[in-house]
Amino acid sequence: MDPVLLARAQFAFTISFHFIFPPLTIGVGWIIFYFMNRYRRTGDPAYAVQARFWTKLFAISFVVGVATGMTMEFQSGTNWAEFARFVGPMAGAPLAAEGLLAFFLESTFVGVLLFGWGRVSDRTLWLASLLVAVGATLSGFMIIVVNSWMQTPAGFAIDPVTGRAVLTDVWGAVFNPSTLPRFLHTIDGAIITGSFFVMGISAWYLCKGRFQDFARRSLRVALMFAVVAAVLQIQLGHYHGHQVWKTQPVKMAAFEGLFETERNPTLMVFGIIDPEERKVHFPIGIPHFMSIFLDLNPDTVIQGLNEFPEEDWPPLPLIFYPFHLMTLLGFYFAGIALLGAFLLWRGLLFYSRWFLTILYLSIPLPFIANELGWVAAEVGRQPWVVFGVETMRTARVASPSVSAGEILASLLMFAIVYALMFALWLFLLGKAIGKGPEPVGGQPPSGAEVTG
Amino acid sequence: MTALQVIWFFLVGVLFVGYAILDGFDLGVGFWHLRAKGDDERRAMLNAVGPVWDGNEVWLLTAGGALFGAFPAVYASVFSGFYLALMLVLLVLMARAISFEFRSQVDSIGWRSAWDVIFSVSSTVAIVLFGVALGNILRGIPLDAAGNYTGSFFGLLNPFALMTGVLGLAMLAFHGALYVVIKGSGDLEERARGWVGPAGYVYLALFLIAVVVTVTTQRHLLDNYRAFPLLLAIPVAVLSFISGALFLHRNGESGRAFLCSSLSIAAIWAQVGAGLFPTMVPALGNPELSLTLSNAASGELTLKVMLVIALLGVPLVIGYTAWVYWTFKGKVDVGHEGAHY
Repeated sequence: MDPVLLARAQFAFTISFHFIFPPLTIGVGWIIFYFMNRYRRTGDPAYAVQARFWTKLFAISFVVGVATGMTMEFQSGTNWAEFARFVGPMAGAPLAAEGLLAFFLESTFVGVLLFGWGRVSDRTLWLASLLVAVGATLSGFMIIVVNSWMQTPAGFAIDPVTGRAVLTDVWGAVFNPSTLPRFLHTIDGAIITGSFFVMGISAWYLCKGRFQDFARRSLRVALMFAVVAAVLQIQLGHYHGHQVWKTQPVKMAAFEGLFETERNPTLMVFGIIDPEERKVHFPIGIPHFMSIFLDLNPDTVIQGLNEFPEEDWPPLPLIFYPFHLMTLLGFYFAGIALLGAFLLWRGLLFYSRWFLTILYLSIPLPFIANELGWVAAEVGRQPWVVFGVETMRTARVASPSVSAGEILASLLMFAIVYALMFALWLFLLGKAIGKGPEPVGGQPPSGAEVTG
Repeated sequence: MTALQVIWFFLVGVLFVGYAILDGFDLGVGFWHLRAKGDDERRAMLNAVGPVWDGNEVWLLTAGGALFGAFPAVYASVFSGFYLALMLVLLVLMARAISFEFRSQVDSIGWRSAWDVIFSVSSTVAIVLFGVALGNILRGIPLDAAGNYTGSFFGLLNPFALMTGVLGLAMLAFHGALYVVIKGSGDLEERARGWVGPAGYVYLALFLIAVVVTVTTQRHLLDNYRAFPLLLAIPVAVLSFISGALFLHRNGESGRAFLCSSLSIAAIWAQVGAGLFPTMVPALGNPELSLTLSNAASGELTLKVMLVIALLGVPLVIGYTAWVYWTFKGKVDVGHEGAHY
């Protein structure tokens, strides 16, 4: 078997599994901070009950994120040695910064948040919850700097002797053209993930008639997060799309399934892409809109895939479908959040069983949207590992000293261990959710009397 | 060789020392975990390291990140060369991380015993693997001209590396036992006092054996000591720190004994660095191909930027880490509201 293909399969599997967890903990982390902040302002123990319950679910998820995150740091070296030699001078600094400035912060203060109750002051707990959320977000920023540099490399030269990258412009590399749009888009996706998670579990409690006061409060707060994040995401997604079109036009053409270069082509909503015939069957879209959408100018010509040599195309179906499904899900999140806000305004939210059911059934959807977006972004970078750098074609950068058999063995190990971890994670989440919020400092959780 | 390269050789070393001392004691606690009796004692073991183990592990991730950035060629060659061994490291570190959090979630003896075994076995295996890996670096590994490892997985299991693996286990068993004496109370504390002595003497004996074996078989590690005999103070320091820790422990001064065992770990790393410098990974049988400071380092601007980050970050990290240890000082109490595990 082809070792490069196996190494790619392993990377794709391990990172998409890992990527279930950071968006959840970033999103829930900020919601926990919100509750800690309210608790500090009002002194109302109901807010402490909220914070502690969501912290419990946070902890179960955080530890899986930590465990699977280690794989990611090892893997650049274990499986992609040629890439690591080239990219170390660019990626190493943000990764070291991730450790020193962000991950230490997050991990240390998670310890305080979990073990500090009854030992440190409420103010310190409040600060710990803030530092956890900031640390997690900053950690995301550093990783996205590295990833964005692989998409739109900047601020470097290639050493003619060693063939390795040499850093020439720090800020140019950090704030390369895709860093900011990708960061905002991803973090906003994390907030959507966290808020739909909290909304869904609260809605489930309401449907079951359990912990009513608790669930109403958390649903209201998470809905507020969801409205802001999901509506904003439409704007941020657009901002990111505009940048992709500017910096990686071949990727944008693949997103849209655009083969012929055209002035103001149809903005695709969905269809069946056919790379053989070089067309999209049964296209549904908005005619004469793409140039307006991408550039606010109907006269702008958008480059099609035919402009680029076919060996530089990314695998089209693997980008086209994930991209459009993600976009549709994004609109779904905004629609649900706005509908929820309308129902809350009319005083119907807590009694609309159908809507509460939709909410808890929707818990997995933001996770799926995150994965789809990631697939579209990373497969869209192919056939390069560092976009456009000739020596960094994916096929050329795997570890020469690692055999296919060895990768197969490790891939098998990851498949088994991750499947077990996933099952345990779901089982323990379900158990903690079933048990519900616990009293804080002798105070019964509000609404505990209706447990049944 | 530039000043920045030397600084980063030192700083990467500092990060590994931080990892070895801090995660070292919680790995050591894991080694002893099954010797603790009953759910309360085992919970006490876990809660004793609970607030800090995750922060401790970040030292490894940061050291790895720093190695990647400052010496990409070393990171690439070693990580791809030790492929299967590192996959095992990942397996045990993952199993260990989730056993902390998952064990306490279900109140059943079978569930908890299973996680106890996973926690203890994975901690022990992790220590041995780290020791074996370091032993191989010291001994040198077969490299080709492009810096790629040409040996096999079983080539890593040579007698010298296995010896350093066992030495590492004794070192952290000693270190971890001292930590349990500090944090544990009642029966657990007494039990842990019984662990310290044997572990300490084995540590001392294995260190002496390792010195003799290195002097007789690993002659490439002696060059610096020959050129600067003053460096011989380092192994002497290791010996005095281990003996000091044993002595202080006998006198009931567990805190100072723990400090001494920490210093012994730092001194062993100093000895490793002094033996290797300015080589980072000796190429077995062909010193020409060795990875050195000058052929493995990133460009000067990268090293400079990383230095700024380190100067900002390291004092900050040490500051709030010290605060957290201070906050959670004293004996662990499993009846306390904050006993999360």
